[in-house]
Amino acid sequence: MSEFIELPRWAEWLTAALVLCSSLFALSGALGLLRMKDFFQRMHPPALASTLGAWCVALASIVYFSALKEGPVLHAWLIPILLAITMPVTTLLLARAALFRKRMAGDPVPAEVSSRRNDG
Amino acid sequence: MKRLFPAPWLSLVLWGLWLLLNLSLSAGNLLLGAALAVLAPLLMAPLRPLPVRLHRPGVIIGLVLRVGADVVVSNLQVGWAVWNAGRRPPNSAFVKVPLDLRDANGLAALSMICTVIPGTVWSELALDRSILLVHVFDLADEAQFIEHFKTTYERPLMEIFE
Repeated sequence: MSEFIELPRWAEWLTAALVLCSSLFALSGALGLLRMKDFFQRMHPPALASTLGAWCVALASIVYFSALKEGPVLHAWLIPILLAITMPVTTLLLARAALFRKRMAGDPVPAEVSSRRNDG
Repeated sequence: MKRLFPAPWLSLVLWGLWLLLNLSLSAGNLLLGAALAVLAPLLMAPLRPLPVRLHRPGVIIGLVLRVGADVVVSNLQVGWAVWNAGRRPPNSAFVKVPLDLRDANGLAALSMICTVIPGTVWSELALDRSILLVHVFDLADEAQFIEHFKTTYERPLMEIFE
């Protein structure tokens, strides 16, 4: 890594802007986690970091390495796809557990949406 | 052939994924990826995944683009609401959405869409899959939300999976 490789100016600016954008979304997500009042509200803001936050970093990486290698390097986009596939697992688990606990505690959350079978 | 490749598309995608992650077409990676592509579906078979049948690729592309755009919009809305929460706290609420989609794979895709969009969290699905409980971060109008949810996400998924 001794040799300094010159990137085109536009690629440098675009990469910097995208990374900055991504950090802004991650910051908003963290701030939301801090400021929101109840559990279900707090589930929303961190999604900013795992959606647009992650997308911007992936885009920045694509722009940077495509400019560096002078050809499209698109495989960083796999990260947002894999994130989107795995995110529902944890989110659903947390939401269901919170609903269960709040119902047990008698907090004001909607009743179960499933109607119980009569034959049981 | 059917015994070796119970899910040929899954095998193909896994192989491609492996080669993309390694960014190489060397013999070693081709072999390793192929081994993964054969073994993973065989190991998954005891979980008895439902076979997927996809229709209308045009609708799939349209839906993916639509969801991508909605994610960007929702990100900006939630981000704005977070910074603005001192002056105007977000109007969060649970919404019961009546569902017509019954296909398990379609519902899995719907849960992905619902989770990826920051403004909505999939909270509970009725046992008979007729009602979905969604938590909305900042709800303006319940009837409008349900209408938007059903027409933009559920209907294309029904066309794709059913």
